[in-house]
Amino acid sequence: MAEALPVAPEGARLVASEDARLNATIRQLKFRDPETARKLAGTIARVTKEIGRSPVSVMHVCGSHEQAIAKFGLRATFPKALNVIMGPGCPVCITDMPEVDEGVALARQGLLIASYGDMLKVRGTVQSLNDAQAEGADVAVVYSASQAVELARSTDREVVFFATGFETTAVATAAVIRSDPPKNFSVLSAHKYIPPVMEIVAEMPENRVEGFLAAGHAATITGWGIFEAFAEKHRLPVVVAGFEPLDILAGLARLVELVRDGEPRVVNMFPRCVTKEGNRRAQDELWSVFRPVGGRWRGIAHVPNGNLRLRDEWAHLDARRRFPIDLASLWDYAPPALAADCICGDIMSGIASPSKCKLFGKECVPDTPVGACMVSSEGTCKIWHQYGGHPDLETL
Amino acid sequence: MCLGVPGKVISVQGSVAVVDFWGVRRQVSLDIVDEPVAPGDYILNHVGFAIRRIPEEDIGGTLSLYEGLLKEAGADDLMASDVRGEIAGTRRGNG
Repeated sequence: MAEALPVAPEGARLVASEDARLNATIRQLKFRDPETARKLAGTIARVTKEIGRSPVSVMHVCGSHEQAIAKFGLRATFPKALNVIMGPGCPVCITDMPEVDEGVALARQGLLIASYGDMLKVRGTVQSLNDAQAEGADVAVVYSASQAVELARSTDREVVFFATGFETTAVATAAVIRSDPPKNFSVLSAHKYIPPVMEIVAEMPENRVEGFLAAGHAATITGWGIFEAFAEKHRLPVVVAGFEPLDILAGLARLVELVRDGEPRVVNMFPRCVTKEGNRRAQDELWSVFRPVGGRWRGIAHVPNGNLRLRDEWAHLDARRRFPIDLASLWDYAPPALAADCICGDIMSGIASPSKCKLFGKECVPDTPVGACMVSSEGTCKIWHQYGGHPDLETL
Repeated sequence: MCLGVPGKVISVQGSVAVVDFWGVRRQVSLDIVDEPVAPGDYILNHVGFAIRRIPEEDIGGTLSLYEGLLKEAGADDLMASDVRGEIAGTRRGNG
């Protein structure tokens, strides 16, 4: 770190003490390779300082990245001027209330709804699938699209797979749709596509995001090339990063360098998993089953091309086209009172952090969540509730 | 979730592999994997589908994150429980 020492003695003392603090933090955080962690954290601090603005905000869009950042306390190693925020990276959270309503309505109409566990707890306009189940509707938890198909094979009843998740998970839904599922199986797709929402969030004036960290395993399927047009159009750098603490630090170090140098390009820092083209076979499956359409993401905005819906040739497997969905009967209820204070939308847009929410950790906790961000293991609020989001340096 | 989970291929029958995840054997679909897969290979599993064959030189680095995570994490750890859920999400393998 000698190269970072300025000439003025006052500054030298300052940097030396920051360096000591960083060393202490790195020791406490128990990195697998503390020396590399210290170097990367030093690079992030030095480059952020060279940018000369505060704050410098960069965004990631992945619940697993936030889990790793919070779990390993990485924010304690970042300089104060660097703001690493989570954007709309939780698929459960961004599923819009009317989409949950469709699942709830179908369940109340007597169909068997299968979905991922967290989806049962997320409230629509008036009810969650759990609420519907408590009133007698049949709802089953599955871990995968294949299990939903198995469930359909084991019964004569109509089974609707309420399919949520980003493109990585939509690929699995596409694969079961293409492998001749039984006639009593259909899909209610709430799948979402990440690249279009990055454009929306990048343009929010409150955010001033200067770069994106893209999720490694999602890019395994899409390839990193998919971000090139985005980087060019919005003049923002994108770095693909893995999930080890050191992968994330290395990704952030490269990202702040690109911000400093004004280089809006895509850099792949996870080559052991991600290629430029991605998994072509998976992409072919995905786009042969789904087409992108515009739609709302909960709390964020209407996202052009952000929702994945079944193509016409799969209409016979599309629950929306196979069954009349009676939403009107649901909307006789009054909406829950607390939800008005919930700032999940601002949190998912990266405008606010959970600590700015007056419900966080009080009325809204994992056992009795008010907002969707406290429901899922990938939701910012649940992650911060478990690990803390921004560790206080004094306590480390 | 974004986090795929690596496992070792034990056997392959048609488009289904039996994969070992730290002693837990599960069936994983090979319908969308990018390259041919044979016993002994490592794959990255996401909700019951192999999304990538892990190149040999990258196996050690890929496994280390998960091993640390599963060994050190408590029952309520979000990352570890997502990984366990991912393993649970695949069908039980034969043997």
